[in-house]
Amino acid sequence: MKRSTRKTIKMIVVEILLILTSLLIFAPILLAIFMSIQPPEFVFAYPPKFLPKGFFVKNYFDAFKIVPFARMALNSFVIAAFITLGKLITGSLSGYAYANFSFKGSKLTFYILFATLFIPAEIVLIVPLFKIVSRIGWTNTYWAMTIPFMASATNTFLMQQHFKTIPKEFEDAARIDGATSMQYFVKVILPLSRSIIAGAAIINFTYAWNMYLWPLIVAMEDRMKTVQVAINMIINAESSNNWGIIMAGTVIALAPTLILFFVLQDLFVKSLVGSGIKG
Amino acid sequence: MRRKLLPYLLLMPTYVIIVLFIYLPAYDSFYSSFFKVSVFGNRRIFVGIQNYLSLFTDKDYLASVRFTLIYTLSTVVISIFLSFFIALLLDQKVPGSRIYRTLVFAPYAVSHAVAGALWGFLLNPVVGHVNYLTRIFFGIQTQWLTTRPFAAYSLIFASIWKTLPFNIIFYLAALQGISSEVIEASIIDGTNSWTRVWKIIFPLVSPITFYLVIMSIISSTFQSFAIIDVMTKGGPGGYTTNMIYKLFMDGFRFQKTGLAAAENVILFFVMIIITVFYFVYGQKRVHYQ
Repeated sequence: MKRSTRKTIKMIVVEILLILTSLLIFAPILLAIFMSIQPPEFVFAYPPKFLPKGFFVKNYFDAFKIVPFARMALNSFVIAAFITLGKLITGSLSGYAYANFSFKGSKLTFYILFATLFIPAEIVLIVPLFKIVSRIGWTNTYWAMTIPFMASATNTFLMQQHFKTIPKEFEDAARIDGATSMQYFVKVILPLSRSIIAGAAIINFTYAWNMYLWPLIVAMEDRMKTVQVAINMIINAESSNNWGIIMAGTVIALAPTLILFFVLQDLFVKSLVGSGIKG
Repeated sequence: MRRKLLPYLLLMPTYVIIVLFIYLPAYDSFYSSFFKVSVFGNRRIFVGIQNYLSLFTDKDYLASVRFTLIYTLSTVVISIFLSFFIALLLDQKVPGSRIYRTLVFAPYAVSHAVAGALWGFLLNPVVGHVNYLTRIFFGIQTQWLTTRPFAAYSLIFASIWKTLPFNIIFYLAALQGISSEVIEASIIDGTNSWTRVWKIIFPLVSPITFYLVIMSIISSTFQSFAIIDVMTKGGPGGYTTNMIYKLFMDGFRFQKTGLAAAENVILFFVMIIITVFYFVYGQKRVHYQ
């Protein structure tokens, strides 16, 4: 066979494999969206249908009736936003300390922080963390769901690595102009780090929005629960198993981060690979 | 003087949080694991290593350790190989590759709880599409989530689906970092594609594989909680209860505080072992990246 024909055949095979793979992987999300806008007789049809017909919004209204979804979505949003903001602030401040200052104990403290790199405290230390948080009296509050997660080794390292790439001359120039260290940080470093901060922000937001175990145990009252926990509440409440309603709830829980991902895919991928942030 | 003090002030917020919410709880769980709360909950009695001893003679706990190993091992091995192959495919220059990437990466953005709900639906014996397809193609029709061993398969399946994109993203970046000269040299040498993949490309991305194995172990040992809670609740009869789910049940449903503290210490040690292992063998990548 000629080389070019072999190449064409190979390309067609790759193309077909890619279509199949991407459809298979995306199918669960797509089917969830389809089922969430279909009436029960469609969802329960046998053999099951794959493509939707018409638009049935009632599932969404029903989902809002079973659990206080609006409030829960607000909770999820507030929690994710504050964790994101907190991590960016603490991360950029400590990253600045490690990147631009030499001080006593920098190595030791660095290792103390480094050791926590992989530890998702809200899962690995769930029992004692819950004990501490309830002793402070934080159960059923936003405090419990935000403050403990407002710092992470990953954010510090990400910022530190980036700040190190900013030329030293900038700092000297700023100093000659009479700028203090904090002025230099706010007026020069932060603006030069916009894309790294944006990347860290979306990854932090996604992680926080998707937390499950911690909100599940720390928010006992319905009005403090999050949309992730709501999914399971709907599944357990829907004794008739109306999967249209369950999928409506699921779509609400997955939509914000999925849309964020679709819009900012390149930034997501770049920052994820650049940081190795736990997903 | 101010400049000398400043770095410590900058570090303060991070360290207050890390110490209060990671180091303090870590110490506390270790300490409490040697105590037992009295029947009325008003006194703590020192019991030494009693909690650990009762754990390791508890059949349910040992079963949860065993299931954790099976679940983690299957998820990690399958997910690593599958993601490597999908990354190889996505690395080819074909029309539409950007759309394929978007679709394949999508599960990264959804939560483990959502993954559980989606697969709980697809595997549902009444309305599920998977059940329908397996009946048509393989003649298998079963209660996926409530019978052995299918409940375990279902969880592993959902877990792989959720961890794939993360691994693919990293493999794809690694593949794009391999210089085309290496590949071309091997083509001139006449090595066929299969040998090329196994003897040249796979070893070249081994630092990434190492990193991804670590991340996948952490994810399927700890983050899997949501998938299990949504899909099987640890059932049938405790069959799919892994260590983190058992800890949740003992600590927050049955209020066995001392036992849960001991379980937590063991899980935390697992985490420490993984971390140490990573830093001893993988440090180069972290530093020189």
